[in-house]
Amino acid sequence: MIVAVASGKGGTGKTTVATSLGAVLGTRSQILDCDVEEPNCHILLKPTILTSDTVSLPVPSVDLKKCSLCGKCGEVCQFSAIVQIGKTVIAFPELCHGCGSCSMLCPDKAIEEVPRNLGVIETGMAANLEFVQGRIRIGEAMAPPLIRAVKNRIKSNKFVILDAPPGASCPVITTVKGADFVIMVTEPTPFGLNDLEIAVEAIEGLGIPIGVVIKQI
Amino acid sequence: MKEITIISGKGGAGKTSFTASFAFLAKNRVLADCDVDAADLHILAQPKIVHQEDFFGGKKATIDLNKCSHCGVCIENCRYGAIGQDFVVDHTACEGCALCHYLCPETAVTMEETLNGKWFISETRFGPMVHANLIPGEENSGKLVALVRNQAKVIAEERNMDMVIVDGAPGVGCPVISSITGVDHVVIVTEPTMSGVHDMKRALELVRHFNIPVSLVINKWDIYPRMTMEIEEFAKSENIQLAGKVPYDRAVTDTMVRRRAVVEVGPGPAADAIIGVWDQLKQRIWQ
Repeated sequence: MIVAVASGKGGTGKTTVATSLGAVLGTRSQILDCDVEEPNCHILLKPTILTSDTVSLPVPSVDLKKCSLCGKCGEVCQFSAIVQIGKTVIAFPELCHGCGSCSMLCPDKAIEEVPRNLGVIETGMAANLEFVQGRIRIGEAMAPPLIRAVKNRIKSNKFVILDAPPGASCPVITTVKGADFVIMVTEPTPFGLNDLEIAVEAIEGLGIPIGVVIKQI
Repeated sequence: MKEITIISGKGGAGKTSFTASFAFLAKNRVLADCDVDAADLHILAQPKIVHQEDFFGGKKATIDLNKCSHCGVCIENCRYGAIGQDFVVDHTACEGCALCHYLCPETAVTMEETLNGKWFISETRFGPMVHANLIPGEENSGKLVALVRNQAKVIAEERNMDMVIVDGAPGVGCPVISSITGVDHVVIVTEPTMSGVHDMKRALELVRHFNIPVSLVINKWDIYPRMTMEIEEFAKSENIQLAGKVPYDRAVTDTMVRRRAVVEVGPGPAADAIIGVWDQLKQRIWQ
């Protein structure tokens, strides 16, 4: 069973609900903090961190000695992350989505993939609750690949709780995808309701059942 | 012309309430709501839309099953796991990289532009406002933020305005980075809670990463005065300018319910403090 806790609006109490669920379920459950931009579960759970691993995305590095300046890489890249200008090829690793198109399609085999640091995944124990969190490197823009890496740590024999980031765009979708149920936490204000409606619309598209918790009634 | 962005790291710290109040207090400004995936500023600003356009941020792959020979090259090479065993592309997983399009021996994959959202130019009682709605669940919020900011700057220049006030998103990722790069000043709104402080520190690290002048505001400072003191000491030791402290005041929520910025409805603890914060900020931004 995988339950995601989301909200739309920030500051409504997602993390309070997620960590409380985890604390109640204890040894049977695992909590994963998927709000990798601002992970807060650790503040409430105070876990002992046992492992820490860097997560990276493969980005291009061009060997100009092998490159025939055909321009294929720039042509296939949809993210303007690599471009041939005159007698050189310049990569913009921070724009790269790590799809591998340029290196795979380069006729000269001149592009090697090197890692770009996205952040870390830490695992540990908070009392008898298994704890996992992602923490994006400051300055890194792309949360979804790190969130996917966090979710790779899901243990299917556990009752899994996912703490989602606020909003309703790709980081939220990446988090709740594959969950059996989503708990939406909201507050009775115009902002709370507006953002709840947006988030519900985003999650309904995935066909996941949703329940709503109203805080600070 | 100056451009300032209000962020917080943590959601719910008061970004949008402050933005609306600053918008009321500033004269000659354009508003830009850059929290495009859960925009709220329109609730207070009640914009009258005068112009709107679709936003196409990227492409998605579609496989023509009549042409597909089920060779599996696309499934094997897709790093997003976006292609199912039935060769149907899951558009919520596809990042639009087009690798499958280039690898498919049957040329069965086409890349189609996807509508990611809409953006608007509006008139409000605070002046012109540029805002947008990302379609719930869609991507490319960073690109849409950049577009909203650019449009706001164009309007500010056309109408000879002094300032663009940008309401940012929570977090420190793509839309936030896109809303602060190259601005003249960032205001970080925080609150005296453990998570408020934790998230503020990460937001601050981000702003410093891009070398942008920054001020800090402590919202609801009196809900936990001891932590407020710690924040003040932190700001001092890190040489961060504190633009002021705003007390908890029910009037903020009450006026939000009436679709007003708290400074619009007259004096009160929060309204008075926000006016003080704005005076401080003005001095710093124009110094």
